[in-house]
Amino acid sequence: MGFFIETLIGGLMAGMLYSLVALGFVLIYKASGVFNFAQGAMLLFAALAMARFSAWIPEWLGIDSLWLANVIAFFIAGALMYLVAWLIERLVLRPLVNQEGATLLMATLGIAYVLEGLGTSIFGTAIYKIDVGMPKEPVLILEGIFEGGLLINKEDFVAALIAAVLVALLTLFFQKTVTGRALRAVADDHQAAQSIGIPLNHIWVIVWFVAGVVALVAGVIWGSKLGVQFSLATVALRGLPVVILGGLTSIPGAIIGGLIIGVGEKLSEVYLGPMVGGGIEIWFAYQLALVFLLFRPQGLFGEKIIDRV
Amino acid sequence: MPGGINGVKIIFEECETAYATDRGVECYERLKGKNGGATLFQTLSTGATFALTEKAPVDKIPLITAGYGRSESQNGAVFTWNFPLLGTYWVGAEVAIQHIAKKLGGVANLKGKKIALVYHDSPYGKEPIPVLQELGKMHGFEVQLLPVAHPGVEQKATWLQIRQQKPDFVLLWGWGVMNSTALREAQSTGYPREKMMGIWWAGAEPDVKDVAEGAKGYSAMTLQHGAEPNSRVVKDVLDLVYAKGQGTGPKDEVGQVLYMRGLISAMLGVEGVRKAQERFGKGKVMTGEQVRWGLENLNLDQKTLDNMGFASVMRPVQTSCLDHMGSSWVRVHTWNGSKWEFTTPDWYQADEKLLRPTVMLASGKYAEEKKLKPRTPEECKL
Repeated sequence: MGFFIETLIGGLMAGMLYSLVALGFVLIYKASGVFNFAQGAMLLFAALAMARFSAWIPEWLGIDSLWLANVIAFFIAGALMYLVAWLIERLVLRPLVNQEGATLLMATLGIAYVLEGLGTSIFGTAIYKIDVGMPKEPVLILEGIFEGGLLINKEDFVAALIAAVLVALLTLFFQKTVTGRALRAVADDHQAAQSIGIPLNHIWVIVWFVAGVVALVAGVIWGSKLGVQFSLATVALRGLPVVILGGLTSIPGAIIGGLIIGVGEKLSEVYLGPMVGGGIEIWFAYQLALVFLLFRPQGLFGEKIIDRV
Repeated sequence: MPGGINGVKIIFEECETAYATDRGVECYERLKGKNGGATLFQTLSTGATFALTEKAPVDKIPLITAGYGRSESQNGAVFTWNFPLLGTYWVGAEVAIQHIAKKLGGVANLKGKKIALVYHDSPYGKEPIPVLQELGKMHGFEVQLLPVAHPGVEQKATWLQIRQQKPDFVLLWGWGVMNSTALREAQSTGYPREKMMGIWWAGAEPDVKDVAEGAKGYSAMTLQHGAEPNSRVVKDVLDLVYAKGQGTGPKDEVGQVLYMRGLISAMLGVEGVRKAQERFGKGKVMTGEQVRWGLENLNLDQKTLDNMGFASVMRPVQTSCLDHMGSSWVRVHTWNGSKWEFTTPDWYQADEKLLRPTVMLASGKYAEEKKLKPRTPEECKL
């Protein structure tokens, strides 16, 4: 029983991180109506910027404090993500306004290649470290109840907590602020939003920037866990089954979907894996999403597609 | 002093394959005919080696696969164009068990032990399985197989299983980011790094340096060499290449583990061509067929190696038509939190008597499947 709970907790914590990655997809889909294939590249670009600036700043400014260097690097990386958002709006989205969804989808593929190439050209291709002081050693709890106790990975726990706070803040931002409402209005209908005076271009910059910040936070967390290297771009792929499951337009969907995928893949690997040779957790997540697609194409919380004829 | 190999300049081409087999094959197809035809190929991937093993005999181009698969290609009678020089994963698997046995105080103490193999779920990662299972049967230990899907950034479930099953040792057959992730997961699940041992592709600086203290105590096998910053060959590279601004990679990586592997692989290729020139004409451009003869007749004794600056870096290599590996020595080093240090004792030699039947069996099966007629010793003399 202890092992099952341990796997469940591990899955929930991993799932929270998947939610964070999936949130990037949802934000942009809600505001631009486009599935952003560049989310992984944005994550890599942001993490590379954070890793490199946190190493360069102590050299440039003669700062000894790792904490201060990380804070400055975070803000510089954030500013870079704003620049990326602005450039994407200017160079890609504005010229393609009112184009087919497939055109925009292909455009995001192009953005992904540009960002991956640009990021590695500017910041280098080696494996870089992000050290934000995340605890690495495990902690054992409930040793009196379960034999050997329940092992909690402190790093995953802190990461899941950060992800949960960010998700909560974004939900508040969408529900309670004027800009958040404007974003939702744009998501519902571009033309109607424009007709009541919502500046579409400005909103796009904001939403791509917010997705950039989400990518930055996810990049810092994953970069701290894995090191910053090219494979980080593939982490975003973990968000794909999550948004299929949760629905592309729903923030709660991204959260619940992330948790289901996280738990599902860990339990499947541990309990079904040994029966079929193991190594199944990645494709299991997609299988789960596929089953959902068959019965609920819009996902758990997605908006039902109704076509008036 | 003429440049190149006896005056013949080397033209080399590189491909970034991102470890993808299809890109490796595409690279081979694109380059095999360039500049008058390739003299030899270094595939740098087990997947690509598997794919090219059938193409190389058609194109008559030798493949140098130093330190990776496929392991049965040691048998040059069947795999006439593959050269797994210095060692294969079967050599690595056998040495890993030797090292563990030494740690336990003797082979007899392996009985009843559990050894988990955490492996990259690819042809590379699967290579050691038959030898480990064979050795498990022989010595009475259990082998637990834990595959990790590429690229290996998600291993939580794997390490939770390790925490539950409590293996006595973990062998790490990883690649790239999978290695550092495995060490981080071991740290976060509390599995002792002293009980972990990696193959040579999980035992270089990039695998451990960011995990730093978290990887302390972790051991890995090396393909003879380790980090060799004080060797003469490295000093020569720095003096004769980097000092003139002709270095092609970061200077601080010269002499590190992976740099040395590249350097040795390049040297083996060059010496194969040099050997071929001894028979077919010094100062002449060698064909793939001629270089194959050179690689089959390599005889790098200690004196030759020392003269080239490889003293204490590697031991002699002697190939033959039937043995395309030429050496089965492996060294073990341990990460001390900031650098790799050789263990005491560090040198191990794989038990060829034990491995040879497995090599012959697997290569014989391959020959049967592909309807190949293995070369006889007489044919080898030609």
